[in-house]
Amino acid sequence: MVSIVRLLSQRVALGLLSLLAVSVIIFMAVELLPGDLAQAMLGQAATADTVAAFRAQLGLDQPPVQRFIGWMAGVLQGDFGTSLANQREIGELVSARLGNTLRLAGLAALISVPVALVLGMLAALYRNSWFDRMLNTTALSTVSFPEFFVAYILILFLSVKLDWLPSIANITPEDSFLTVLERSLLPVLTLSLVVIAQMMRMTRAALINLLASPYIEMARLKGVKKSRIIYYHALPNALAPIVTVVALNLAYLVVGVVVVEVVFVYPGLGQLLVDSVAKRDIPVVQACSLIFAVTYIALNTLADVLAIATNPRLMHPRG
Amino acid sequence: MKSLVKQIWQAPLSAQFGLAVIALYIFVAVFAPALAPYGETEVVGEGFAPWSGDYWLGTDNLGRDMYSRLLYGARNTVGIAFITTALAFLIGGLAGLVAAVKGGWVDQGLSRIVDVLMAIPQLIFALLILSVVGTTATSLILVIALLDATRVFRLARSVAMGVVTLDFVEAAKLRGEGLWWLITREVLPNTIAPLIAEFGLRFCFVFLFISALSFLGLGIQPPTADWGSMVRDNAILITFGDISPLLPAAAVAILTVGVNFVVDWMLHKSSGLKG
Amino acid sequence: MTITQNNDKTDLLLEIRDLRIAGHSEDAWQDIVKGIDLTLHRGEILGLIGESGAGKSTLGLAAMGYCKDGCKITGGQVRFDGEDLVGASEETLRRLRGVRIAYVAQSAAASFNPAHRLIDQHIEAALHHGVSDRATARAGAIELYRSLNMPDPEHIGERYPHQVSGGQLQRAMTAMAMACQPDLIIFDEPTTALDVTTQIEVLASIRAVVEKFGTAALYISHDLAVVAQMADRIMVLRHGKLVEEAETRQMLAAPQESYTQSLWAVRLFQTAPKPRPDAEVPLVELRNVTAGYGAKQVLEDVSFSVYKGQTVAVIGESGSGKSTTARVISGLLAPGSGEVRYNGEVLPGDYRKRDKDMLRKVQMIYQIPDTAINPRQTIGEIIGRPMKFYHGLGGSAVRTKVKELLQLVELDPDRFIDRRPAELSGGQKQRICIARALAAEPDFIICDEVTSALDQLVAEGILKLLNRVQEQFGVSYLFITHDVATVRAIADQVVVMQAGQVVDSGCRATIFTPPHQDYTDLLLSSEPEMDPDWLDKLLERRAVVAGA
Repeated sequence: MVSIVRLLSQRVALGLLSLLAVSVIIFMAVELLPGDLAQAMLGQAATADTVAAFRAQLGLDQPPVQRFIGWMAGVLQGDFGTSLANQREIGELVSARLGNTLRLAGLAALISVPVALVLGMLAALYRNSWFDRMLNTTALSTVSFPEFFVAYILILFLSVKLDWLPSIANITPEDSFLTVLERSLLPVLTLSLVVIAQMMRMTRAALINLLASPYIEMARLKGVKKSRIIYYHALPNALAPIVTVVALNLAYLVVGVVVVEVVFVYPGLGQLLVDSVAKRDIPVVQACSLIFAVTYIALNTLADVLAIATNPRLMHPRG
Repeated sequence: MKSLVKQIWQAPLSAQFGLAVIALYIFVAVFAPALAPYGETEVVGEGFAPWSGDYWLGTDNLGRDMYSRLLYGARNTVGIAFITTALAFLIGGLAGLVAAVKGGWVDQGLSRIVDVLMAIPQLIFALLILSVVGTTATSLILVIALLDATRVFRLARSVAMGVVTLDFVEAAKLRGEGLWWLITREVLPNTIAPLIAEFGLRFCFVFLFISALSFLGLGIQPPTADWGSMVRDNAILITFGDISPLLPAAAVAILTVGVNFVVDWMLHKSSGLKG
Repeated sequence: MTITQNNDKTDLLLEIRDLRIAGHSEDAWQDIVKGIDLTLHRGEILGLIGESGAGKSTLGLAAMGYCKDGCKITGGQVRFDGEDLVGASEETLRRLRGVRIAYVAQSAAASFNPAHRLIDQHIEAALHHGVSDRATARAGAIELYRSLNMPDPEHIGERYPHQVSGGQLQRAMTAMAMACQPDLIIFDEPTTALDVTTQIEVLASIRAVVEKFGTAALYISHDLAVVAQMADRIMVLRHGKLVEEAETRQMLAAPQESYTQSLWAVRLFQTAPKPRPDAEVPLVELRNVTAGYGAKQVLEDVSFSVYKGQTVAVIGESGSGKSTTARVISGLLAPGSGEVRYNGEVLPGDYRKRDKDMLRKVQMIYQIPDTAINPRQTIGEIIGRPMKFYHGLGGSAVRTKVKELLQLVELDPDRFIDRRPAELSGGQKQRICIARALAAEPDFIICDEVTSALDQLVAEGILKLLNRVQEQFGVSYLFITHDVATVRAIADQVVVMQAGQVVDSGCRATIFTPPHQDYTDLLLSSEPEMDPDWLDKLLERRAVVAGA
């Protein structure tokens, strides 16, 4: 088991290293600002003295390394600083919205993962049948659609024409769970459609690749039934690629929420990010970017860890 | 080697559709000024005017002709996406080939930098940088090209790696050939097919990406006619059941579908008849 | 081995009539098997031999009613025990496969599922088809492992495929094929991927179990000497058609068709031995070279010399370090210690530190001609490049010289000069590689397994060509090979390597004349000979030695 433990710890270490690198990059973004944060917050009209005083107050007179450590220490305790736009605690601003975003992504994952896997497997099994061709063309088209296009089409039909669902997902903390669910349904559906298409294509490709292996042919030459070939010979080997596909798509999903949240005016982290970018509220942008990046890196690392852990050759090392 | 015409003639319907779409878009992009009845930023009437003989697709929120802006959009949106993709390929493709041929610390160094850049989700990275440097067309092209170059690097490197291990490259190295010869004469000609397919895929990605940014108000800036921002500016009409704002979105979708169909066909051809 | 020449109808197991199989390639259906008849009786072993493209593997699979993706049976019958398998339902075929007809593939490593233990894969068919219960099947598996001389038969089945060696895996696959005691086993090149010394053990085990259970078999191979040990009867195939069919002994003694005769004659080619020139500085000399990759030491204290105009063959099995030796000489791998001398001068370890003229003097010819030349360049460009690069030739001078070289390697200059490699056969490509090496006007050519990927007849042509080139230009060759026959044909000096060390060396006559050094003896005696009793005699002799 030595090799697998080493591979896993290497991968996790790489993940942590990427996290560090990413936080440095996000922190450094401010340094690229013409002038600095204090100047940006106070505006051009401020006198040099006020800026200098404010700079000292923010700790901007300290060297970058020290500031980075201070920023990271704050972040680890949930303190992201204050917003430039409304002087509110960013931690507060973010926490409520993070829950909304996670719920949106979670619901979408709950729908899309099983649907995509089943469709992908069926397409691989019956490849080149009319079912496969149709599914493939549909999926290829869906991944080609901009997310906002899918969103507005759903709004047009499900909300405007049929009036089944609300087109705006303006949920508040006071809303009951059912109301929240009803209002989030269109955003969830939009996200799911996009992710299903992507994930189904990747699952199909991974399985077809696997079904071409000589040991699958050997199983057929041993007269093994098709169903048994799938669950006994293909699936244990397909686990690693499929797990990778799922995790990669979940990572995509977390980022994909941004556009969908804006379309449906859903009060999530993505919308906060976009608003803050427009207002150039850098500390909030940094906070949101960091949260998105951490989730993304964590899921990607998880994908690789699971792929290593489910690889039969690594599970049973030589000797 | 069959002639191109014959190959296209024998291509599946989806690929032929894709090629026709691409040809149409190029035509519109080139001849937009001649085809459009009104100017790109010309205010011609009331805001949100309905479809009519004068304004085929109505007017937008500021009273500009939708149809004309849709045609100009082909030029701006597709043009910027194309320049960005080309730039990404120039940077990423060249770096990937160099990494593969040189190997050693050059490869290690470039690969690690790319690993870190790729660890950040692209959209988030783009938003972060654009919020700092501002959303001009130039910064948009540079930022996205750089981010996308990392993906191109990965692919170019891995495809080239497969070629570099072949004996004819070793033979050329042992002959004493220089880096430029190795890259342009030995490796590049043998990686060109997957790279062209990847160009199609990356173009789709960049195109969708820029449209999404524009839709978020952070991409191509007004008053330039652009499909993403056209959807954003007129989205309110959808709640009244008017499909005009969906047309620019559909324009994005159709081109992407078309390119994807063509790429799919090319990949299918190059992989023999598998899958 | 019993010679079964029983024409009794009840004894007939497999009967193939006018079988035609087409394969899909380049957007068109092309015939792979073009009307073959075949009969096989119970307990009989039929050898199918032929070069690549003969259709022998396709025919073997068709005997199970199976076609690979992209192939289809276009006509004829495959009758197994009276039942036609062409057009039989999937279910009928499924019930036969694994129980009454089994298959042994060339690559056991790829054909075992990496996710399951060997024994679980072994008993799968028996349990799945309801032939026996788990305990019986497991006991049977262990019994078979024992019959096949696998180490630790009680427990080896508990291992996963990647945990056992290639030779053991190939035996495990034979055991798996025997699991349900089938009437017929298809062996598709079962020992081709193995080293000669391992091949012997696998051949002996296969023959022992097949004899023990009286199983009929189709034994497919490109190696006549191997088939001669296994088969009662031999069919020679070429381009999807039958060339000749006869009892093994009769076929070996008196082949009728000219194609068969030429196959037999391949082994007779031999160059005239050239005496080693003495009192002269060697052209290339290795002195106490050690080398490795990272911490792994591959070469240990390797020394030998190559003199001008001589051919030195380095022979060894996989992992012997023979290819690494070539890499050290060419400068692709710098030695850890020791030195490589050229005309008495020490060469820089890294080729990048050698000057252009030095690089020109040492050229290389590779094992697989398909990957050794750039598919995107024309033949003219490929051969012309060294002339431009080293000798500064340009324009029509290059074209004239390229044509001369094409003439030299026996390819029609006007036909080939503007073509691309894809239009050439393997042997033709190898000739292009030779021409490219000669275009540099080298003194020393490293030939790395140059004939291994080629069919025997083509390989013989290449050896003859290389010999002629040597006589004409006086170049020296370093032949890296695993094949005893090649060494016997072309070497002046022989260097035998094992596990990174030179274990034996000397001129051809010395090496091939007894008494041999131990490992050399093992290597030489393991090379199959065209005598149907060779394996029996060898095993007998080894048993005596082991017993003594």
